[in-house]
Amino acid sequence: MVGLARFSGVAVTVLAAGSLLQAASAHAQNIKIDGSSTVYPVTEAVAEEFQVKKKGSVKVTVGISGTGGGFKKFCRGEIDISNASRPILKKEMDDCKAAGVQYVELPVAFDALTVVVNPQNEFLKSITVAELKKMWEPGAQGKVTKWNQINPAWPDAPLKLFGAGSDSGTFDYFTEATVGKAKSSRGDYTASEDDNVLVQGVSRDKNALGYFGFAYYAENQDKLKAVPIVAKDGAPAVGPSPKSVEDGTYQPLSRPIFIYVNAKSLQRAEVKEFIDFYLKNAAALVKEVKYIALPPKAYELAAEHIAKGKLGTVFGGAAEVGVTIEDLLKREAKL
Amino acid sequence: MQHPASFAKPATHSVAQIRAIIRKHKRWDLVFAGLGILALIIGVVTLAGLFIDLVATGWGRLTPEFFTSFSSRRATSAGIAAAMVGTLLVILVTVMAAVPLGVGAGVYLEEYAPKNWLTGIIEINISNLAGVPSVVYGLLGLGLFVYAWNLDHSVVAAGLTLALLILPIVIVATREAIRTIPGHIREGAYALGATKWQLVAHHILPYSSAGILTGIIIGVARAIGETAPLITVGAAVAIFTLPSSPFRSDFPFLSLEWLKEPFTVMPIQMFQWTSRPDQAFQINAAAAGVVLIVMTLALNGLAIYIRYRLRKNIKW
Repeated sequence: MVGLARFSGVAVTVLAAGSLLQAASAHAQNIKIDGSSTVYPVTEAVAEEFQVKKKGSVKVTVGISGTGGGFKKFCRGEIDISNASRPILKKEMDDCKAAGVQYVELPVAFDALTVVVNPQNEFLKSITVAELKKMWEPGAQGKVTKWNQINPAWPDAPLKLFGAGSDSGTFDYFTEATVGKAKSSRGDYTASEDDNVLVQGVSRDKNALGYFGFAYYAENQDKLKAVPIVAKDGAPAVGPSPKSVEDGTYQPLSRPIFIYVNAKSLQRAEVKEFIDFYLKNAAALVKEVKYIALPPKAYELAAEHIAKGKLGTVFGGAAEVGVTIEDLLKREAKL
Repeated sequence: MQHPASFAKPATHSVAQIRAIIRKHKRWDLVFAGLGILALIIGVVTLAGLFIDLVATGWGRLTPEFFTSFSSRRATSAGIAAAMVGTLLVILVTVMAAVPLGVGAGVYLEEYAPKNWLTGIIEINISNLAGVPSVVYGLLGLGLFVYAWNLDHSVVAAGLTLALLILPIVIVATREAIRTIPGHIREGAYALGATKWQLVAHHILPYSSAGILTGIIIGVARAIGETAPLITVGAAVAIFTLPSSPFRSDFPFLSLEWLKEPFTVMPIQMFQWTSRPDQAFQINAAAAGVVLIVMTLALNGLAIYIRYRLRKNIKW
C-alpha cells in the first residue's frame, strides 16, 4: 500500500496546486525589464539601488534576451521596460503599433565600440574606417588573411579576427558603421556572444584584432591596446575615452544606449518612481559600470519628456551610425 | 575465434603451446584492465580537476552573505539567494509533475498496454524523446505553458518545461525497473487471486521503486543544470527579492503564489557572471559552480539514501 498512499498524496497536492493557482492574484508590485545585455549592467545597477531604497516592496526583474528579443516581448506588452543598445527599428515600431503599445524612449548612456589589438602589436598606431571595411566586409572572407593585404605598411603576418556574434546589437552596429550595411560581415572570424572570450582571444595572440564594448576594454586595459580610429581621410586618429565620446570626436563607433518604457506601465506609481530614480541616478551609476554618462542636460530633457508624456522615437526606425551626444540632445529637444 | 584451427584439432598442441596461448590471453586481460583503469582515471581526474579548480577559485567568495545576497554591480556584494531558491522551487515543480506522470506512463506501458503496433510506436517515440535537444523543450514550454496556458514566464512554466524534458528518462527507468522483477512474483500474485491493480500496488511499484528512483536522480541531475530551455521560457537574470513564502498564517495556510512569480536559476546566474566585463565576477561564477555541484550531490545523495532504505526491505 506504500505506493498507493504516496500516489494519492501527490494527486491531492496537484489538485490543490491547481485551485490555489487560480486564486493567486497579482497584488505585488512588479516591474519587468528585459532586453540588451549591453544595457544590462546599467539597469541592474539602478535596480539594485532602487531595491535598497524601497526595501523590497517592489519586485524588479531584469532579463537578457538581447535588444531584438527584448523588443519582441515589449511590443507584446509582456514587459514594462525594454533595454536597447540601438534605437527601435521600423518593423518593431509597426509591431508595437499593431499591439497598441506606446512608449517613451530614454537615452541613458553612451557606449564606445572599441577596436583592440594585443599589447605586443607595435605597428598599428591607428586604423581608418576604410581599412576596417577592407578587413571585415563579406568579400574579404577567405581572401584577406594577412595584415599587409590591407595596408602594405603592415607586416606579412596572419590576421586573426575576433568579433561579436551575429545575434548581438554590437554586431549590427559595428557592421553598419564600418562595412556600411548592418549584419554584413565576413564569417571566418572567432565570433562569441561572450565578450570575455574575445578579450582572452586577443590578449593571447599578437596578430589578433577584435572589437567589443568599451567596458570590456576598460576592465582589461593591462591585457589589451585600444586602436585610435580615423573616421575619414584627413581626420585625426581618436582613441575611445569618456572625453572623446562626450565631445563627439570618437566616430563612428560611439553609440547611445536606451531604455524604452511602456506608456501604460508608466501610469503605475512604482514604474514612474523607478524611472524617476533611474534618470536621477544614471549619471553616477553609468560611470561606475564603465559606460559613458550623458551630460546632465540629457537626463533633464528625458525627465521632461516623461513629465509631459512625450511618446515615440527620435530616430524614425532607421539604423544610424555616428550620432553624437550633441545630435542626440538636439533631437530630444525637438520631440 | 582467433584460432579456428586450434579449436578444430586441440590434440595437436603440446603443453608448451597451450601455456603460450594462456599467457597470451592473460596478457590481453591485463591490457584491457589497464585500458579500463585509464578510461576511469581520465574521467575522474578531469572532473576532480575541474571541481578543485572551482573550489580554489571560488572559495574566498563562499561566505554566508553570498547565500543571502541578490544581484549587484559589485562582485563582492553579489550573491545567489534568488538563483538558489529559484533552482530549488523549479526542481520541486519538475519532480512533482514528472514523477507521477512518468511512473504512471511506465506502469501502464509495462503492465496494461496491449502489445500492438500503436504501443510499439509510442515506445519508440518515448526513447527518441530522450534525445531531443533541450532547447526544443524550451520552445514547446514557451508555446504551451507560457502562452497557451497563460502561465507567464513563471516558476511553474519553467518547472513543467523541465518535467517534459525528464519525462522520457523517468518512463524508461520505470519500465526497466519493472522488467527486473522476476516473473514468478507476478505468477504468484495471480495464483493467489490478486487483480492487476493489486499486483501493481502491492508488488510491482514497491519492488521497482529503487530503480525508478535511479531514473529520477538522473533526470533531476540533468534538469538542475539546464539553461537553454529556461532562457527560452523566459528566466530573468537579476531578481532582488525572494518568491513569496509557500506558507501563510491564515487559511488555507499554504500559498502557491510563488508558482506564478518570475524566477532565475543557478546556471543562468553563473553564465551571466562569466560574461561580465569586471573580472572579479569570475570568482562569483566559480563559487556558484561549487554550490550548484554540492546541491546536485546533496539531492542525489538523498535519493540514493532513500533507494538504499527501499532496497533493504525487498527480499525475494
